[in-house]
Amino acid sequence: MPNKDTIVDVPTVNKIARLCRLDIPEVNKESLTNDLNNILGFVAQLDEVDTSNVEPLASVTGHKLPLRSDDVNDGNIEDLVLKNAPESSSGFFVVPKVIE
Amino acid sequence: MSELLDFNLVEASEALKNKKISSLELTKAYLKSISDTSSLGAYLEIVENKAISMAKESDKKLIDGTARPLEGIPIGIKDMFCTKDIKTTASSKILENFVPTYESTVTQNLWNDGAVILGKLSCDEFAMGSSNETAAKGNVINPWLKNKKMSPGGSSGGSAAAVAARSALAATGTDTGGSIRQPAAFCGITGLKPTYGRCSRWGIVAFSSSLDQAGPLTRTVSDAALMLNSMAGYDQKDSTSANLKMPDLMDYLDKGIKGKKIGIPKEYTQDGISEDIVKFYEKSIDLLKDEGAEIIPVSLPHTKYALPAYYIIAPAEASSNLARYDGVRYGARQEASSLDEMYELTRGNGFGDEVKRRIMIGTYVLSSGYYDAYYLKAQKVRRLIKEDFENVYKQVDYILTPSTPTTSFELGKKQDPLTMYLNDIFTVPASLAGLPGISLPVGLDKSGLPIGIQLIANSFDEPGLISTARVLEMSAGFNFIADGAAK
Repeated sequence: MPNKDTIVDVPTVNKIARLCRLDIPEVNKESLTNDLNNILGFVAQLDEVDTSNVEPLASVTGHKLPLRSDDVNDGNIEDLVLKNAPESSSGFFVVPKVIE
Repeated sequence: MSELLDFNLVEASEALKNKKISSLELTKAYLKSISDTSSLGAYLEIVENKAISMAKESDKKLIDGTARPLEGIPIGIKDMFCTKDIKTTASSKILENFVPTYESTVTQNLWNDGAVILGKLSCDEFAMGSSNETAAKGNVINPWLKNKKMSPGGSSGGSAAAVAARSALAATGTDTGGSIRQPAAFCGITGLKPTYGRCSRWGIVAFSSSLDQAGPLTRTVSDAALMLNSMAGYDQKDSTSANLKMPDLMDYLDKGIKGKKIGIPKEYTQDGISEDIVKFYEKSIDLLKDEGAEIIPVSLPHTKYALPAYYIIAPAEASSNLARYDGVRYGARQEASSLDEMYELTRGNGFGDEVKRRIMIGTYVLSSGYYDAYYLKAQKVRRLIKEDFENVYKQVDYILTPSTPTTSFELGKKQDPLTMYLNDIFTVPASLAGLPGISLPVGLDKSGLPIGIQLIANSFDEPGLISTARVLEMSAGFNFIADGAAK
């Protein structure tokens, strides 16, 4: 992990915000950058831990992912699926025009 | 009315079954108490009509002898649980008008067992926070030292405040890094986070899927046992649900702890922990010893790395889970001329600052070039933390720690995000290891605020956790009621 304090700058913050589709107002960018640097600086202490030969742990359950047969068990609920959509039409979600 | 509020869950259940009281009068007493304590801001939504009709239904069953385990018990539900036809916002602006068309498994289990819903309880936005101050509609006030406006803790702040204020007989919570145990400690009540996999996550608004667990917030350990009996269970709809039957926890209340070994980890008494908490921690150790437990000093050497590992893993999973709030399928939408601009404005406008910070951190640690250094590193440290516990459980049955480094703090004292994160320093390690933990009140500090002590058990040993917690509860004899509670 890189050095504390200078981990991310405003251009990097712009890039991350773009990746996660978050509009960050210009006036908030500096304080957000500071917050992120503080947090990333704090987590950087993991560098002190020797993790060579340690396997990453993604799940604590220890059980195998269960499989089920691929049956439709809740079909014909189009209305329910679309009920909370900001905009829908003829059984579809509607988004702003994508292709000019 | 007041004697109705005096019953804890187990007592109320007895009184209902013996027909000393009816669910309708009990439910009405709680609805009145919700209105009497409304200045605390614990409830986001009150469903009076539904509560009354469920109570009447319960009364029928109590009379005709078909009463179920939680028949007629009025409870509050954290706003992270999807409730069919009842608004579910996760305390976020982006979900302010979301009305689920389905019911979460845990809440369905509670209704199947006869519980009565009072309403939806406030929490930190998407359960991200430790003070309930990140809620879109504002913080909840802790009923203790009410005039000082103390934090109820978070993220299940509304749940803890409602149980402490007697505006719910019990409440559900979710715990990702301490969100049940820390608010329970701050509000002088009992909060239990079960083993990961014990309660289905289906229908719970997802925050960090490898950590999120539902659990009860109640007045007593036996209340928690009775409520978890109903909440827990295998669910095909959650691929991480444990296909393992939980024994009836009520059978374990009075098993005692003679001959049991309690581990005292040296890493949990660090600088920055309040003197009063240390005092009551030491007193709790003595009480358990007097009850016949063997006290054994232990070491969990990677404890100090739990919080930094958590603040990589939880935001990483959150950034992925919260990608679904795109203004297309549900939630608020900001109109824009292009799709990308619509996404950015919708999300920028709909999420609060703490949620944005975590999405940004999560996106960064998962991004190309940083994934190994942050995310994989944190997952490796997570394994070391889990192994620490596995080693200690070869020597002891339970681990005793303080629940929090300090008691509740005043609301509105602006804290930087990192200082806020330190609230969960004692609760996060068990979360990362997936272990069950319970916080119960053992005393008051000098200013009159409750102090919580945490017990951590091995995986799926909720029965032993309940036995041990019950012994500590009985010997500590905490019987204070918050000054801001309904009378």
